Amino acid sequence: MTDTDVVLEVRDLAKTYPVRRGVVVKREVATVRAVDGVSLTLRRGRTLGLVGESGSGKSTLAKMLVGIEKPTRGEILVDGVDVTDLGRADRRRLRGTIQMVFQDPYTSLNPRMSVGEIVGEAFAIHPGAVPPGGRDKAVRELLDRVGLNPDHVNRFPHQFSGGQRQRIGIARALAVSPRILICDEPVSALDVSIQGQVINLLEELQDDLGLSYLFIAHDLSVVRHIADEVAVMYLGRLVETGQDAEVYDHASHPYTRALMSAVPVPDPTRRDRPEIVLEGDMPSPSKPPSGCHFHTRCWLAPTLADAVTDETRPDGARVPSVCRHDSPKLAPQESPDHLAACHFASDAARR
Amino acid sequence: MTEQNIPLLEVEDLAVEFATPDGVVRAVDGLSYSVTAGRTLAIVGESGSGKSVSSLAVMGLLQIPPARIVRGAVRFKGEDLLTLSPKEHRAVCGAHIAMVFQDALTALNPVHTVGWQLTEALRARRKMSRREAAGRAVELLDMVKVPNAKERIKDYPHQFSGGMRQRVMIASALAMDPEVLIADEPTTALDVTVQAQIMTLLSEIQAERDMGLILITHDMGVVANVADDVTVMYAGRAVEQASVFDVFASAAHPYTRALLRSIPRLDQKGAGLEVIPGRPPDPTSVPAGCPFHPRCGYAEDVCRSDPPPPQHTLLYDRRSACHFAERVVQERGGVR
Repeated sequence: MTDTDVVLEVRDLAKTYPVRRGVVVKREVATVRAVDGVSLTLRRGRTLGLVGESGSGKSTLAKMLVGIEKPTRGEILVDGVDVTDLGRADRRRLRGTIQMVFQDPYTSLNPRMSVGEIVGEAFAIHPGAVPPGGRDKAVRELLDRVGLNPDHVNRFPHQFSGGQRQRIGIARALAVSPRILICDEPVSALDVSIQGQVINLLEELQDDLGLSYLFIAHDLSVVRHIADEVAVMYLGRLVETGQDAEVYDHASHPYTRALMSAVPVPDPTRRDRPEIVLEGDMPSPSKPPSGCHFHTRCWLAPTLADAVTDETRPDGARVPSVCRHDSPKLAPQESPDHLAACHFASDAARR
Repeated sequence: MTEQNIPLLEVEDLAVEFATPDGVVRAVDGLSYSVTAGRTLAIVGESGSGKSVSSLAVMGLLQIPPARIVRGAVRFKGEDLLTLSPKEHRAVCGAHIAMVFQDALTALNPVHTVGWQLTEALRARRKMSRREAAGRAVELLDMVKVPNAKERIKDYPHQFSGGMRQRVMIASALAMDPEVLIADEPTTALDVTVQAQIMTLLSEIQAERDMGLILITHDMGVVANVADDVTVMYAGRAVEQASVFDVFASAAHPYTRALLRSIPRLDQKGAGLEVIPGRPPDPTSVPAGCPFHPRCGYAEDVCRSDPPPPQHTLLYDRRSACHFAERVVQERGGVR
């Protein structure tokens, strides 16, 4: 892999939201660190899977990448060019490169516009994409491309099923010929038998058009299927990144291990496999725990505490004091591009 | 479906219709199942398969009209609840059969404290005093492992996280000591680590109380982890019924087989996913013959004309509503 293959790079990206209280005079009482220093690279024709539970900041990250939210800190580079602070015109040009596919096919399509208008709207906004005379034809081609009947161009969203609506959303994203698609939970609202169809469509489009995907999902099985590389987020920070096989087969962060263990395997004969069950919920991003964000729920830390250096965490378990005070950095594991942010990553991988 | 146990809850040949502006929709068509004490029955199906409607019919919670129960029986310990008045039906369910819904935020009342909601049934039906009821509410929250229960009964639903709200739902379902618990997609709205917590809790409670559990879900992973028996529904009908091990080892209906093959797996990285072509039928126009035939790789002329025998019994007490069930099961079409 050479660096020219990198289509999208994110450096130390952060987004904080102020929490204000008061009716007349609004005082800032706290800040929510939704995304807290995330760095990622996405390569041409590849899929980066971004995994995390609700509240981990993965959707905020996606919104910053497409320019819906403005980062508080950090840089976004597209083809090596910093696009973090762009004026209107440049931003519009950027949207020709990065497009987004949304989770909910029921609310992300305007119910009063026909499919042709929804998909063709992009041409009105980006006049350079297709010359005016060829637009109807281009819309029909796009519909055909995503597996919809081009003759349905005058139908409205409610006349389509969930899976078909998601195809409309994909066609709309493809209208301006982007090179990068940010897919935010694109199949989680769909029935199981339909999920596979949409995943296969995304894979076909990637092969045919050389697209790069940032594929955001909470379903680790889906990400395993589609992603080349995987990044795991917890409370706004990346805790582990690497090639798909490295992360799935040699998970080195206790949170990644717990996430994978929690996914039910569709095989009743493997019911009794050892399971790591995490206690409690994810802490609020407005009050993240000190040190390693995960130490309050970590299953590994209490097994590593020793009498001299340990400390008590809120639930009474004793954990190494380094976990409670020092925030771990992403550090290389057995292979140099497999990174994990845990003080005891090698222990996590072994257990 | 063990012989030595008398079923707690038995549904027989249930059919439910809805009157809609587009005509009459048959949401459930000839469904039969039973659940015994201490066993878990998973009802699997996609949206519109009739899995939720059938359990609402069991609970007497369908709005009639537009719904209409066309035929069938719902027997609790031998008594057919459908012959009772709606009020008597709900009274039996209130005392013996409880239900946990998917979305705890909408199922709980936002203007009452959690403690009030947990004990509403106890105060109404068992004439408990306020103080007794509050004590019981704390016990219930302890049982579902909500930390600091004594303080939390004074909180409102929005002050709980998604996982904790689902625990509150389970606690309120347990208030009347039900013998059968129906859980309708109890973990669908939750994150995987919280899902694991809730499923573990449900299994523990079931084992402790020897409850019959009916788990309605679309997630084959959850089914594999907790179910004893499985009923797979498609277009309002049960298409396959068998023990969980039989279903996963060798599905006997092409739909089950295709469903199992279309799910991405954490432990396997495959090439393209096998998919089921097309989509579930529109309930206003279910195909003639076998409702799955337009999407089925096994379909022949007979499938287009004749509905398959609903209770086609194979060896080992398993049922498949498919003309070619023997062939499908012999090909061992289970998990990839």
